[in-house]
Amino acid sequence: MNKIESRVGASTTQRSLMTSKIVINLIVLGVVILWSIPTFSLLVSSFRGANAIRSSGWWTVFGSLFEAGQWTLDNYVFVITNDKMGLAFLNSLLVTLPATVIPITIAAFASYGIAWMNFRGRKLIFVFIVGMLVVPLQMALIPLFKQYTSLGINGTFLGIWMAHTGFGLPLATYLLFGFISGLPRDIIEAARIDGATPMTTFVVLILPLTGAAIAAFAVFQFLWVWNDLLVALIFLGTREDVALVTTRLSEMVGSRGQDWHVLTAGAFISMTIPLVVFFSLQRFFVRGIVAGSVKG
Amino acid sequence: MNSRTEQVTQNSLGGLQTRDLIIKGLMFLGVIGVIILSAYVMTIPDTPKIILGLFAIVAGIGGIWGIFYSLNGIAESMPSRWHDKLLPWVFVSPAVLFLGFYIVYPTISTILDSFFVYTLSTGGWAGFTFDNYSKLFTDPKLLTALRNNAFWLLTVPVFSVSLGLILAVMMDRIPWEKQAKALIFMPMAISFVGASVIWRFVYFYSTYGEQIGLLNAIVTFFGGAPQGWLVIEPWNNFFLITIMVWLQTGFAVVVLSAAVKSVPVSLLEAAKLDGASEIKIFFSIIIPVVGGTILTVTTTMITLVLKIFDIIFVMTSGQYNTDVIANMMYSQMFKVGNFGYASAIAVLIFVGVIPILIYNIRSLDQRSLS
Repeated sequence: MNKIESRVGASTTQRSLMTSKIVINLIVLGVVILWSIPTFSLLVSSFRGANAIRSSGWWTVFGSLFEAGQWTLDNYVFVITNDKMGLAFLNSLLVTLPATVIPITIAAFASYGIAWMNFRGRKLIFVFIVGMLVVPLQMALIPLFKQYTSLGINGTFLGIWMAHTGFGLPLATYLLFGFISGLPRDIIEAARIDGATPMTTFVVLILPLTGAAIAAFAVFQFLWVWNDLLVALIFLGTREDVALVTTRLSEMVGSRGQDWHVLTAGAFISMTIPLVVFFSLQRFFVRGIVAGSVKG
Repeated sequence: MNSRTEQVTQNSLGGLQTRDLIIKGLMFLGVIGVIILSAYVMTIPDTPKIILGLFAIVAGIGGIWGIFYSLNGIAESMPSRWHDKLLPWVFVSPAVLFLGFYIVYPTISTILDSFFVYTLSTGGWAGFTFDNYSKLFTDPKLLTALRNNAFWLLTVPVFSVSLGLILAVMMDRIPWEKQAKALIFMPMAISFVGASVIWRFVYFYSTYGEQIGLLNAIVTFFGGAPQGWLVIEPWNNFFLITIMVWLQTGFAVVVLSAAVKSVPVSLLEAAKLDGASEIKIFFSIIIPVVGGTILTVTTTMITLVLKIFDIIFVMTSGQYNTDVIANMMYSQMFKVGNFGYASAIAVLIFVGVIPILIYNIRSLDQRSLS
């Protein structure tokens, strides 16, 4: 009697466990679908003709998914050539690559110096860097804009690289310091005893050892610069020949706010690189974003 | 005899060192020259993109390595007494110079500017004043912006963190956890501008014909009247806030999920054996364990939301009473040209993050530099 009772009890708990498992799976599935719909609708719409987008909702494509005639690349061709999104894409690459490599290089040198070299003021420098982590960008805009104007580098790529370098440095130095100072003292001492100069130690030993940390931060800085709007608006401006994907897209929202065939394609072009980075380097991406979330 | 040879060697070594120093010095000047030349080429209007790209790599990436290498060369060819003192600065000073010019100097300058009359028409500092600050409490536009920032500050962390925590706990028990997390996290890759276009499409209101915006289509499907969501005050703020929650929840999920996994399994099993319900376990075991992480995620979101700009700039430009302080600062600076007032608004944002700044420096002391 007792035995049977306990068995019945077990099977009901098991059954309720099964149901709760199914419920949890369904809830998560629902949230994931809800989260993906906005991006998905943009993607689908960007391949529909201008008239089709304007006259019927994007979800109507499910009624005729395999009618090849409704799909088109015209929006992309149009937005790349007519709305200069192709040029903006190139400009974004030209701005983003140096604006990623330069701050990381400077930060790596500095954090090695602070972590493994003895000099007066190193502690003070580090405290300052940590303080600067959260200083909002807004504090820097007006004085730098004035200086840039008098130096004549407003609206140049050089100006925006240096700006992103300056703004990215506190975080880059702080993060890389964390990794570089954590390296075992023995190997650095060993290199010194073998007669390696600090420069050789840095290039041959430190950089390869911190590769993963550098990669994670590189992904973060790359995406930050690629997705930035404010710094680009102020130091580069919206002139078509220097506009980046973000400034171009925000201009298009202003000038063609109802033309969904160009807006959807334009937005998707601006998102391609970040999405490729996201899906191909997911591990570095997540680590970089989580570590970089403190940026000011 | 012996001592003479030694002296000769030393002398010739000294000569070698000087020659070395001159060569390294010339190298450094050469690098600086190339950088200045490239910088000049880049300021010439209508430079072809290919040339620009080439200079970008030469001047930007090569230049920075060139500077470090040649400076290091100079320091290494100095007599050792000097070189030990100089070498650390070869490594550190570029960063110090950049930080000085791009963060320390502007921060001080902005604080000073905020106490002066400084508009496009005055063209420079014209008179000490507290007006910029008294405006912060009287300008109705700024008061609206402050109210909206308060909305953002209260809602974004609360929704993102609580949703993130619930999802993190649930995802811990499903077999496709990795994929689910990736899809929720994906918006983090998208720019605020891109996200704004995505959501403008969701909120779109067609004045004629079929509703092609998802939200209005759903409303009309259930027999409601379509709305211009972004013009209904004050609810339009919450439609903008939704975008931020959509963007940030993935971050909360990923960070909190790591914390949830650190809850000891033995503790959970003991609670289950004692007959504790899931809800009880969630509130009395999981939340206390991940409390510290919740705090971290919340502060991160607060700093982010204090500076929120792009979404408002693209979606409404601050119209229909949706303005926020960071966008006010931008428009006072770029559209109105009132640098003094814009500086005061920037200082206001800065004051908002000062507690976090102090906390960061304080917690630094505990794991001090050795």
